[in-house]
Amino acid sequence: MNNRTISTIAPEPGGLAAVRGWFGELDWRRYVIYIGFVVVFAFFAVLLRDQGFLSPNNLLNIFRQTATITVIAVGMTYVIACAEIDLSVGSTAGLSSVCTAMALSQWGIIPGILAGLAVGLVVGSVNGALVSLLGIPSFLVTLGMLGIAVGVAQWITASAPQPILNDTFNMIFGSGNFGPVPGLLVWSAVFVAIGAVVLSRTKFGRQVLATGGNRTAADFTGINTKRIKFQVLLISGLVASVAGMLYAGRLESGRFQWGAGDELSAIAAVILGGTSLFGGAGSVVGTLFGALLIGLINNGLILAGLDSSQQQVVRGAIIILAVALARKK
Amino acid sequence: MNTSETAVEMRSISKGFNGVNVLNDVDFEVRSGEVHALAGGNGAGKSTLMKILQGVYQTDSGAILVGGRPVQINSIQDAKAVGIGMVFQEFSLVPSLTVAQNIFLGAEPQGRSGLINDKEAVRRAREVFAEMEIVVDPRAQVSALGTAYWQLTEIAKALAQNARVLIMDEPTASLARHETDALFDLVERLKKRGISIIYISHRMDEVYRIADRITILRDGRRLLTESLSDVTPEQIVEGIVGKKIEGQLSYQQRGRDAASAAPILEARGLTSGKRVRDVSFTLHSGEILGLAGLMGSGRTELARVLFGIDPLDSGEILIRGTKAQITNPRRAIAAGLALIPEDRRDQGLVLDHSVRDNLLLPLLDKIARGPLLDAAAGRKLSNSLIQKFAVKVAHPNKPVRLLSGGNQQKVVLAKWLGTEPDVLILDEPTAGVDIGTKSEILAMIRELADTGKAVIVISSEYPELLAVSDRVLVLRDGSITRELGRNEIADEESLQLAVQGV
Repeated sequence: MNNRTISTIAPEPGGLAAVRGWFGELDWRRYVIYIGFVVVFAFFAVLLRDQGFLSPNNLLNIFRQTATITVIAVGMTYVIACAEIDLSVGSTAGLSSVCTAMALSQWGIIPGILAGLAVGLVVGSVNGALVSLLGIPSFLVTLGMLGIAVGVAQWITASAPQPILNDTFNMIFGSGNFGPVPGLLVWSAVFVAIGAVVLSRTKFGRQVLATGGNRTAADFTGINTKRIKFQVLLISGLVASVAGMLYAGRLESGRFQWGAGDELSAIAAVILGGTSLFGGAGSVVGTLFGALLIGLINNGLILAGLDSSQQQVVRGAIIILAVALARKK
Repeated sequence: MNTSETAVEMRSISKGFNGVNVLNDVDFEVRSGEVHALAGGNGAGKSTLMKILQGVYQTDSGAILVGGRPVQINSIQDAKAVGIGMVFQEFSLVPSLTVAQNIFLGAEPQGRSGLINDKEAVRRAREVFAEMEIVVDPRAQVSALGTAYWQLTEIAKALAQNARVLIMDEPTASLARHETDALFDLVERLKKRGISIIYISHRMDEVYRIADRITILRDGRRLLTESLSDVTPEQIVEGIVGKKIEGQLSYQQRGRDAASAAPILEARGLTSGKRVRDVSFTLHSGEILGLAGLMGSGRTELARVLFGIDPLDSGEILIRGTKAQITNPRRAIAAGLALIPEDRRDQGLVLDHSVRDNLLLPLLDKIARGPLLDAAAGRKLSNSLIQKFAVKVAHPNKPVRLLSGGNQQKVVLAKWLGTEPDVLILDEPTAGVDIGTKSEILAMIRELADTGKAVIVISSEYPELLAVSDRVLVLRDGSITRELGRNEIADEESLQLAVQGV
């Protein structure tokens, strides 16, 4: 906050003062998620060393358990960076798992995958169109869609789980390994890598950030902000539908409950990762660490023997603490 | 009123941030019932000094005296308690509340039951307005009132808190001329009641009109404090800028005969809503066309129509003789247009993004390499723009929010000139910009026209309009009422008469 005056008076800030000014302003708050991750990790590593926290299997488990949240949160990063919100991702994942399972048992693997993606395409397009063309706040649109998607999923299955007996599908989407690496880890790595590059290194990414930062200025600069808003919600829907298929593959069935409540974990991961809730700034790598931190906490608390009610309390407290530390002054 | 009495005194104030001194041993004193102008270029330390007085920052050394007694001002509440009030440039009102609710926000009068007594608030608000000798309905919702009333409400809010010293930062920036007159009348009345006003403005004519004394800061030091009857405008400008500005603010006959050049933009019968009605004109390359008119005359709306922000109901725009379908800003940019919008903070910049990201936003195609953006090319391009337009930044990665108004405006200019437009539309290009930067911007406009670009300048400052325009269109109620060659305008007054329609 003090920097205003500095930057205006110092056309050529001389030597040492400039360096000091520079580092003094290097904002540790931006890195709080990484610091928090290391601290929590170290804490559990010491506290839970006898419960096998550091065993390779447990560490891989953390990745496996957070994979779907990570994937959903990558899409959510775009939505939030664009100053919108998508509450329908969890139930979109559920609907996608159900549709994939049903189409797969009828017509085979390719139609199954296409059916899942179609769910994301339809949900995302409807969300996007209502928000960008009709100007309805995304909070309301996607809150409605949350109910619609989960309702449809329950309806068409009559609340019954839809088993998936296709081993190829299950292997690719979550159950299997690519070589020595668990498939879910590869999926999250691919989504994070693409998401990070597109957000920070492409024209589209810049336009998403500009639209989220100041929509009027973006409009005046010739950015089609309606299209950008549509696109981020479409991406979020599509990504959520892939997450639904990852649930389906890992749990070898489609169920309307898959993904229930994931929207809140994903939003928490995105905000923990340093993306501004008000739009304009976002980091996909931060989001990955946000999701991993949540997974780490879940895993550690289970190993520590807390029951699920206690876990919820501690998890909530840690998330509030982290966001409080990361907030702008 | 006794004007020799000191209302506020700041003694040898020094303040540094991160080891850089922003204020050095500054003395500043305001008498009761005095209007004291505070002037200085960007970064001279004006806003820091005022923030110390308001309790936003604390001074490193020195003392503050109010009414002769030393006081500690550690917060905005402390400042209010000793009678220092601020009229914010960006208004600090809640639009959905009424005038009275805003005035007593946080200090609502309570009845015996402990509940808020709205009637009492309205009654006391009426009293305040009566003392100000103006008529405002305290029960009106603020969002329903014009900006001039917002400001009056701000002033009433400060007075209701018993402010004895009011800080006004560019109070006339968003006011029409008659509103400015009304504000100055109010200032006179406040003076008579012994209230002191610290007046920050870049507009020299206003300073001379209402201020008693002026203090000029330069590079964090006090350069002078003088009675305005003892200094000339030239001395003040020189004091602010640190050098003589020769002729930048007066018209320079330009070598070329623009009117005979090829027309680059033709507007034929443009109509949009009620604010733009049947507007036709021709713009030639190398020409600077001024648009004059009162607030609400359709100047800004015309610019918005040309740039494709507002839809065109009828009429056509020709670029180099061919009809252009400008239905959105993307098409306008593609047709070679650029618009420097009226409100740079809202329309021109993404304030939280870095200077570099702002500069590159319309230029992303230029630094694309395949699907990705080339970061090195982006750095190179933004650095060259920063250098070319002499933007003062500590680092291009710093948020543009941290820059002064003048430098922010340069970023907007640089961003658009980076697109290499043929037609540049500038809406109030020097609003809230210090005099040094102002003369730079005016020089830049001339230079651009000299290189063959066509420029449209919208300004409510007549001297500025007259300093650059080769031709002036006068707008009224959305239509062009006069077209004047620069040589047909004798002086500022005759332009003003044309605008008023006399």
